[in-house]
Order: sequence, then C-alpha cells, then structure tokens
Amino acid sequence: MHTPSSPARMLARRSFFRVAGAGAAASALVLAGCGKDDPEPTVAGTPTLTLGSFVTTTSSDPNITVLNYAYLLEQIEAAFYDKVVATPPADLQPGELAYLTDLRDHELIHREYLKYALGTSAYDNSLSAPLVFNFSTFTLTTRTGVWTAARQLEEIGVAAYNGAAKYLTSAEHLNALGKIVSVEARHAALAREVLQPGSFADNVGTTGLDDAKTPAQIVALIQPFVPVVISTANLPTT
Amino acid sequence: MNFFHILSEIEKTDPEVFERFDSRRQVFKHLSGFGKKMTAAALPLAMGAIFNKAYGQSSSAPSVNDVLNFALKLEYLEAYFYNIGLSGDGTIGNNTTTAAQTALRAQFSTTNLSSLLKIRTDENNHVNFLRTALGNNAIAAPAVSQFDFTGGKGTNAGPFAGLFSNAALFLAVAQSLEDTGVRAYKGGAPYLASNKDILTAALNIHSVEARHASRLRTMRRGGPLNNAASGTAGAGTGASPKSWISGTDGGGASPAQTAPIYGAGSAPTYTPAGITFPAEDNVTQGATGANPGVNLQTALASLNFPAAAFSEAFDEPLDVPTVSTIARTFTITGSTLF
Repeated sequence: MHTPSSPARMLARRSFFRVAGAGAAASALVLAGCGKDDPEPTVAGTPTLTLGSFVTTTSSDPNITVLNYAYLLEQIEAAFYDKVVATPPADLQPGELAYLTDLRDHELIHREYLKYALGTSAYDNSLSAPLVFNFSTFTLTTRTGVWTAARQLEEIGVAAYNGAAKYLTSAEHLNALGKIVSVEARHAALAREVLQPGSFADNVGTTGLDDAKTPAQIVALIQPFVPVVISTANLPTT
Repeated sequence: MNFFHILSEIEKTDPEVFERFDSRRQVFKHLSGFGKKMTAAALPLAMGAIFNKAYGQSSSAPSVNDVLNFALKLEYLEAYFYNIGLSGDGTIGNNTTTAAQTALRAQFSTTNLSSLLKIRTDENNHVNFLRTALGNNAIAAPAVSQFDFTGGKGTNAGPFAGLFSNAALFLAVAQSLEDTGVRAYKGGAPYLASNKDILTAALNIHSVEARHASRLRTMRRGGPLNNAASGTAGAGTGASPKSWISGTDGGGASPAQTAPIYGAGSAPTYTPAGITFPAEDNVTQGATGANPGVNLQTALASLNFPAAAFSEAFDEPLDVPTVSTIARTFTITGSTLF
C-alpha cells in the first residue's frame, strides 16, 4: 500500500504536478532529475544554496523565503522517514513501523503541499537534480538511533516554524504554517515518548512556552544533512 | 413588543438566528421565564444582551488584547480542570492535595501521573504568562465555580459526571480541551501578526498544547496504567486515538459532546480573505485569494497513502465564536465568560 521508494515518489510527484497545473517545463525538469541513478548529484551554478535570493523576481517577498525554508525542512524530514520506512531497523517494537509510516506520510504531504504553494518559486526548480540529503550522522540501524534522529528533526521543525512565523506578511501563509506546526509538535511529542515515556514536553520551560529558533540557528542545525552550503544571507532577520 | 414576531422577521434574513443564540436552541428555555420575571421595561435590556451575544462578536476583528484575553480564558479553563483533578482547590498556585485527588492520582501509572502534572504546570504557567503579557488589560481570574467540567451547566451531573474520580473520563475531557486549545490558538494567530513578539509567544504556547494533546492521546491509547503507552498496548495501525487528529476522529472522546471540537467552524465577517475553518477531515490546502487550493488526497492519489493521512498532516483552525460555544460546554448556566 505504501510506496516509499524514491522512484515511486518521483512518479507521484509527476502526477502531482499535472494536477497542480504547473507548466511542462517544470515537469520536464523533475523528470530529468529522476531518470536514472545519480550517484553524485550536482547543483547548477554555485554550490551555495542561498535561501531567499534564488528567484530574482520574488527575492524580496519574505513569504516566499519562509516557504522555501519550510520546504527545505520538509524535504529533509520526508527523505529521512522515506529512508527509514524503506529500510527499518530490525529491533523496532510492535507498532513502531506504523508510527514511522504515518510520520513519513505526513512529512511527504507537507513537502508536496509547500511545493504546490511555491509553484515556480520553489528553490529547487533551478537545480539540475534534486538534493540528496546526508543522514550519516544518524544511526539508522537501531530503533533508538532512528527515534533519536526523528526526535531531533521534529524538534528542529517545531522550533523553526515557531521562529519563522513572524516573518510572514500573508495571513493565509501564516494560517497554513500554523496548520503544519502543531502536527510537527504532535510528532515531536510522540518521538520523545517512544524514547522515554513522560518526556513529551521536557523542552518546555517554566514559562510554559515551546522553543522558537531563528533561521540562522536552524540552518546551523540542518547544514550537516544538506549536500550544499546553505547561505543565510538573504533570510529575514527582523 | 412581540419578541417572537421580531425573531421571525430576523429569521427571514438570517435563517441561522436561532443557532446564533444557542446552538441547542435552549434559548426558548431561557426565555420561558422572561415574561413573568421581568417588567416590560427590563425586557429590551435583556434582549439587547442576547443580540449582542449573538451578533456582537462578529462586528470587527479582535484586537491583540482581545485575542490574548480569549486565550487567557481558555487557559483558565484548562488550568482549573487539571488543578481540580490533581491538586488544590482549582485556583492557580494552590497545590494542597485532597483525598479525592489522591484517589484519582492512584489510577494513573507513575509516568502518566507525572505527565499530567507536567501538563497542569504548563497550563498554570500559560495563565501566568498571558496575565503578565496583558498587564492591566488582563481579565480578572474567573471563580472556579463558573465552571462545571461534567458538562452539567452547574448541576455537576452532566455527561462527564465522575470525571474527577474516573481516570479514563478525565483523560477524555483533557484531550478534548487540548485539541480545542490547538485549534483556538491557530484561529487567533492572524490577529496577532501586528505584534511579532506576541505572535511568536502565542505560537510557542500553541505547539505546547499540541504536545499535550499528543501525550494525552498516547495515554488514552495505552490506558491510564500503561507507563509505556506509546510503545506497547494498542500501538500501531488501527489503534485509536492516534497522536494526531485523524479525519474528525469519529467525533472525539465523547461524540455527543465533543464532535464540534473536530467539526467545521464558521467564518465571522471580519475573517481575513482566504482563511476558512473547515472540519479536521479537510484535505484541501493552499487556498489563497482566487486560488481554490489543491485537494491533496486527489493530487497525491498515486502515493497510495491512507486517505486519513491527508487530514492528519494538517490541524485546522477554529474561529472564536465556535470555540466559545465549545467552551460553554464547561461553564455554568448564566456564565458570561465565553
């Protein structure tokens, strides 16, 4: 029933593009990127991913910048769960693969939604091949390793959305972001629970408030997963 | 003055007039005594109050203080609930444990109890935080007696009677309150955008409510005495409730009372363009202006994901009037808090 493998995912993305009404050029771009195995994915032009300046016509729109930022985060999460669900650790406890599959589904849906919302402004439209994320810092052969990684990624997501919301100038995009961040928080709480029951909100301090991190802080946390240098030069700071 | 004649006239232009007064149409019960108890002179005043309640909230967008005070009321609702159940007399900061509270505590595993106490602490902290943020604009702390968590409107014998002595019922009401809180903060966020610090703080509370909801759902899934609820009993596909809202969750913990928590809201006239309040089973996202958005379930059909995943991936916002109606489930008759 699930189709976790990369080719299947790309196939699905093709049909998503059709329904979403994107141009033939965009479809061709994606098709070109998934035709065969790409052992060494290459990035067109400079090997620096500058969030916020990659689309000249909309570079001053903070909504597009934040959405691209969120899109990158969701790509990382989806790729992580895709990998885990495709090759789950042997010591998963009963029911845990179902949890991970739900998480994978949600993150992939988030990713595709943001791709839809960005349309031609999606940063990877200008890449010759999709980014292949690097999860070598994680231990994915044990359930503890997998859930520790999941916890880390989900907490990054919560703090990133909480910290970036204030840059949005569109009520609609703020509304959409809010719909996603609470699901990420539900994920984060579950990942914590699986590792240590009762730890669902251990990061919540004496004010009762969750974390919010700046884009610069988040980029430092996700850089190890991304095969190109992420520049924060064009991310909003106020 | 013929009150019912006026109502019938209004109904011609606003068919939902009765729903505005009270979704269960108890307005007629409330009105039955009016003629006897009140003089003709007092009647217009009472009517004014009724109409203000029905229509007043939709006249203009809430201010930042309005949103924060509304959030504060909801936090009082939550904090008093956990306080009454777990320690003290309900008020913020009173931690003396009664015999009844000790008995309820004993029905939870050690870890589950510590989780509930953590949630209780968070909610009390939310009250304190919002009071500090509002300063002199904060509403006065409502009396604990304003609330009846059994849903009995002050009889303490409503559909949730016994919730403070029954662990499963306690968790069911707790989940209902937290899921409501998540939707309420989400609905309020657009009105806080003018103050970035306040918006960020509100979102930081919002995600904590979601953590609470997620945790309460694992407790319900595994049972009050199951320490490792997330990893053992009931885990896996088909176990419910999930840690996230799946479809409309079958109406929630007690559908007769909790279905509106997962249902659609209704957009007040001041709602920003493009923002809607669909039920939690919504699968269409990204509507902006003239763009109707995309039905993700249709667009991503080839993934063969379970249909529910497309609703689970997004929590939906809820508008102030609808949240108020839900919150009034837990207030006594005559309370004007919500």
